[in-house]
Amino acid sequence: MSLMPYAFGGLTAVVLVGSIFAASSQNLVRSVLWLGAALIGTAGLFALLNAPFLAGIQLSLYTGGIITLMLFGVMLTDREHAVTRQNPSLNPLGALLVAGTFFALLASAIMNTELPMHMGDFNGSTQAVGLNLLQEHLLAFEALSFLLLAAMVGAIVLARRRDAE
Amino acid sequence: MIPTLQSYLLLGSGIFCLGLFAALSRRNAVGLLVGIELMANGVNLNLVAFSRFTGLIDYQVFALFSIALTVAEVVVGLAIVILIFRHHRGIDTDLVSEFEG
Repeated sequence: MSLMPYAFGGLTAVVLVGSIFAASSQNLVRSVLWLGAALIGTAGLFALLNAPFLAGIQLSLYTGGIITLMLFGVMLTDREHAVTRQNPSLNPLGALLVAGTFFALLASAIMNTELPMHMGDFNGSTQAVGLNLLQEHLLAFEALSFLLLAAMVGAIVLARRRDAE
Repeated sequence: MIPTLQSYLLLGSGIFCLGLFAALSRRNAVGLLVGIELMANGVNLNLVAFSRFTGLIDYQVFALFSIALTVAEVVVGLAIVILIFRHHRGIDTDLVSEFEG
């Protein structure tokens, strides 16, 4: 328990650095890889928050699947030199202003709200998640599986080459 | 000192706002998706932090749903990006300011 602040600090640094570079890097491939760093750091934070199942899902699904998919997306859709091509920003100052204002708003709301402070034991095991998922949220779970099927079929239909038939 | 819910929420909103910045400032469609992904990540972190500090497991299940939704969104988004690329030979969002079919 005494190591927890250090772990939190280190993971926070990883997540913040990854997010900052993912948001600002001029090279799209690097941006995606920094996003991967941020997502791995978040998986560590999930583990720190007693959510081992979500940490595993985050690692396998996001950093394993999404990052690979996005790299494919970058490399498939860039005509010239995918790895060195610049990605000019669209009025970054205005975007910075909007994002900064929104962050100030959120931070003041967080600082001025009475938040729950349950510090005792917490059972966030995979067993607990599974029981809750398949007992109380079974309908949502089934609806989600249908949604994933629809997304898969939709992606195939969208990306299919029409002239290849 | 154990990190409180507040620090997790601040971190989550920081990630969200960095993602917002990326989504607003990128011209490239995949860069846009990276920003959206970051925003969703911040939201998931908030959910899991609430799960820990309220002692309720439901938040974790909700975060799981949120992750699955984000994955579906990225899959369809990338398919659309590839479609746009095939049509316009580029994926800058300026290219799709008008839809003509």
